[in-house]
Amino acid sequence: MSESKIERLISEDGIRCDGRKLDEIRPIKFQLGVLKNTDGSAYVEWGRTKILVGVMGPRESHPKHLALSDKARVEAYYRMASFSVEEWKSPAPSRREVELSKVIREALEPAIFVEFFPRTSIDIFIEVLQADGSTRCASISAASLALVDAGIPMRDLVASIAVGKVEGKLVLDVQDKEDKAGESDMPMAYMPSKNAVTLLQMDGQITHEEFLQSIELLKKGCMEVYKKQKEAIENHFKSAVSNGEEA
Amino acid sequence: MSQRIVPTVKRKQIIELSESGRRMDGRTLTDYRDITIQTGLVEKAEGSALVSIGGTKVVAGIKFEVGDPFPDIPNEGVMQVGAEFVPFASPEFEPGKPDEVAVELARVVDRGLRESKVLDTSKLCLIPGKKVWIVHVDVYILDHCGNLIDTAALAALSAMLSASMPEACIEGDAIRLTGKRMPMPITDIPINVTLAKIGNKLFVDPSFEEEEVLDCRFSVAFKENGMLCAIQKGESGYITPEEVLRAVEIAKDKSQEIRKKVVESLKLKSDKVGES
Repeated sequence: MSESKIERLISEDGIRCDGRKLDEIRPIKFQLGVLKNTDGSAYVEWGRTKILVGVMGPRESHPKHLALSDKARVEAYYRMASFSVEEWKSPAPSRREVELSKVIREALEPAIFVEFFPRTSIDIFIEVLQADGSTRCASISAASLALVDAGIPMRDLVASIAVGKVEGKLVLDVQDKEDKAGESDMPMAYMPSKNAVTLLQMDGQITHEEFLQSIELLKKGCMEVYKKQKEAIENHFKSAVSNGEEA
Repeated sequence: MSQRIVPTVKRKQIIELSESGRRMDGRTLTDYRDITIQTGLVEKAEGSALVSIGGTKVVAGIKFEVGDPFPDIPNEGVMQVGAEFVPFASPEFEPGKPDEVAVELARVVDRGLRESKVLDTSKLCLIPGKKVWIVHVDVYILDHCGNLIDTAALAALSAMLSASMPEACIEGDAIRLTGKRMPMPITDIPINVTLAKIGNKLFVDPSFEEEEVLDCRFSVAFKENGMLCAIQKGESGYITPEEVLRAVEIAKDKSQEIRKKVVESLKLKSDKVGES
């Protein structure tokens, strides 16, 4: 945006400001079962983005009149900690957080067998401890694992990632700096086994051709996240078994 | 609840009809309902438009206010989009603070306008770093018969295109309004197109009864030069990547059709506003 910034975000030989290639994702570390008082939980470190997710439910709907007779009511609460960004952020939910909570819920609900739990609620609480871009993608990917940890039956994991346009080039897994300076941001959430897109947003300006390329890049990125999610589940239950706990 | 039984029956009927390319209200899958645009309804607003798509009615108004710039863009004006759901627009709307549906609507309309750079905010600076124009774009949903996003986006756009802004004189640190009006720095005509996925078919401009039974909604906004500037998938169903590509193809054609309509009807109306 600001012309004074001469710093290039992509070098001549296609290396990004943090040393990644254009289609390379950041290091992602998922961990399941990190909280004691939830039914399921997960923590993710996605580059410098750090997010904690706790799931409560299926449990009695509260208030009761909101209960649905044919399925569980899923709610997501996406919140950013006041210290998670450059400048102090009021803990009261902003319009952005309200919208993100809605689209995150809509990204996860297709994966959950909500029809198995009529009249109950499944609450997904997301706390962004540090934000460095792609927080909705990291939230959705980690929330999928928290749902698994809660033992809630699911059609598939939801994997999510974003593609941005920076200095005219499409880049996978946008970090904050690239998002702010970039020309566009396009996050997608995807259930690979159902070939189902459960979240797709875009802002910025891209051509039709770039849009087609973005979709391909997003699918590739989601498959990489999906693989890491599966590994995290395996590791979690392997260690649970070796510790003699009930998996 | 009995409420859920009727949509289930309706959904079956809508899907069966769509197999032969038809819809409950006689449209084809790619038809919009009738669109009307009336500008200049609210004289006290700097710009206003009442837009209807079928039975859905939305009024949008533009108001200017002198305010502080954002610290990271000190020399640019600010555009703010808000959405209000008036309780008489639907028995499901309740009085009170905008809920998540209203917040999403406002933000989707905002993105379509903002990302297309419809308004050249660099021309809305009064005193660099200190005072800028704040442009309030507020949409009021008056009657909800489906596809609020496109109707609201079109109302907001039409209000902006028909608006004129106050002329200001800067004398030192004082801002004096001359009482004259000048044209808004408009640079694009972004058009938002929404489709509903029901079963394995895509329905352009979903009606209320189609929205009740849809799997998910998909909105995409196009600039005049054909570039995409905003996308939003909504509701708790899914869409395949192949369907997304198809939806964008269809929406691109429709956006050109609607833009033509906007240009035609505003040219007519704006002449009339100039006379009065």
